[in-house]
Amino acid sequence: MDKSITMEEVLSIFKDEMTIMVGGFMGVGTPETLVSAVDQSDVKDITLIANDTAFIETGVGPLVVNKKCKKVITSHIGTNPETGRQMIAGELDVELVPQGTLAERIRAGGSGLGGILTPTGVGTAVEEGKEKIKVDGREYLLEKPLRADVALLKAFKADKAGNLVYHSSARNFNPLMAMAADTVIVEVEHIVEVGEIAPDEVITPGILVDKIIVQGGNH
Amino acid sequence: MVTLVPPQMAAKQIIAARVAKELKNGDVVNLGIGLPTMVPNYLPEGVNVILQSENGYVGLGPVTVEDPDLVNAGGQPAGVIPGAAFFDSGFSFELIRGGHVDVTVLGGLEVDEHGNIANWMVPGKMVPGMGGAMDLVTGAKKVIVAMEHCTKKGGSKILEQCTLPLTGKGVVDVIVTEIAVFRVTKEGLVLEELQEGVTLEEAKEKTEATFIVSPNLV
Repeated sequence: MDKSITMEEVLSIFKDEMTIMVGGFMGVGTPETLVSAVDQSDVKDITLIANDTAFIETGVGPLVVNKKCKKVITSHIGTNPETGRQMIAGELDVELVPQGTLAERIRAGGSGLGGILTPTGVGTAVEEGKEKIKVDGREYLLEKPLRADVALLKAFKADKAGNLVYHSSARNFNPLMAMAADTVIVEVEHIVEVGEIAPDEVITPGILVDKIIVQGGNH
Repeated sequence: MVTLVPPQMAAKQIIAARVAKELKNGDVVNLGIGLPTMVPNYLPEGVNVILQSENGYVGLGPVTVEDPDLVNAGGQPAGVIPGAAFFDSGFSFELIRGGHVDVTVLGGLEVDEHGNIANWMVPGKMVPGMGGAMDLVTGAKKVIVAMEHCTKKGGSKILEQCTLPLTGKGVVDVIVTEIAVFRVTKEGLVLEELQEGVTLEEAKEKTEATFIVSPNLV
């Protein structure tokens, strides 16, 4: 089964008000071709889940700058001044989540868990409105799962069945998000035949990947 | 040749050099962006640490080859040393929260005598977000705050009680500034060391928090 698709097919997937997860850390490990497809489409009012809002011109940054989002769930917005500006102006809803908690909420969403208990954020503004649970004398916050309609991922290499291999620090949130969305689209630098990636090398198994596009949109 | 170092840079060097002495051979260490990244330059002979980068690896080192996919937690180009390992963000924070990181060194906007730290937002002015800082101060076995002693306006950053939204409550172990070294203990904040050329009077004058003076200094 060949999961590679064209850019036209990718564009038909995006809808208004969708929740979209995008892999990456300050743009590293972010699928730039897919992000630019969303950016150039007519899609609006998306809820974006990403580690950070990157920069004005790179990573997921342009999705904020070009007002594609109604809400962003993220751990850091400091490198993209437009996110903070829209938040303060009341144009964008921003939910700030500690990075480790964001990772675990996505993991929970993708692995059938009703949430996770973390000590992170106890005694800070992060605990506001959340249930606190004491386990063996220590307090934890109940943090709920996160899922998305679509996950946009970046990998170094895929085989046509979607088995993924990542490169250096571009892995970050991508394997977690591969578990937590109804449709998983991955952008890769290289696509190879099934069997060319040794099972021991696979980080994200192909059963989680729905669609593959090669960086730049050609294949 | 005489090298002139701007006073602020000199302060940062003094702080980084003192923080380096807190690290033990073999420690797994996470360094925050800015000043903390200077710490490895001052490690004593025979002390090697393993740097963890919360974006997904251990074995952070200097840039050796050009790799746009390899950045540190500040998004700057980075390298890895032989023996490094990459992983995803979930695993990275499992290491951090799970007590597998021995030391975290990070900057602070405010720290107080109860071991509270605030460094992620200034309401109405600056809201960059907490990134990984809340997990790091909660999970790392030892939390070292490396910061300049006073604000640009000259106010103490070591307070009786933090006024800014907290990053962590009761989590700080050591505070290193260009003026002094403090330890947070059950008995309260302890002034443990004065930096070279600093008097006890000066440390008292520049510190709002109440502190105990270590017997070593009296």
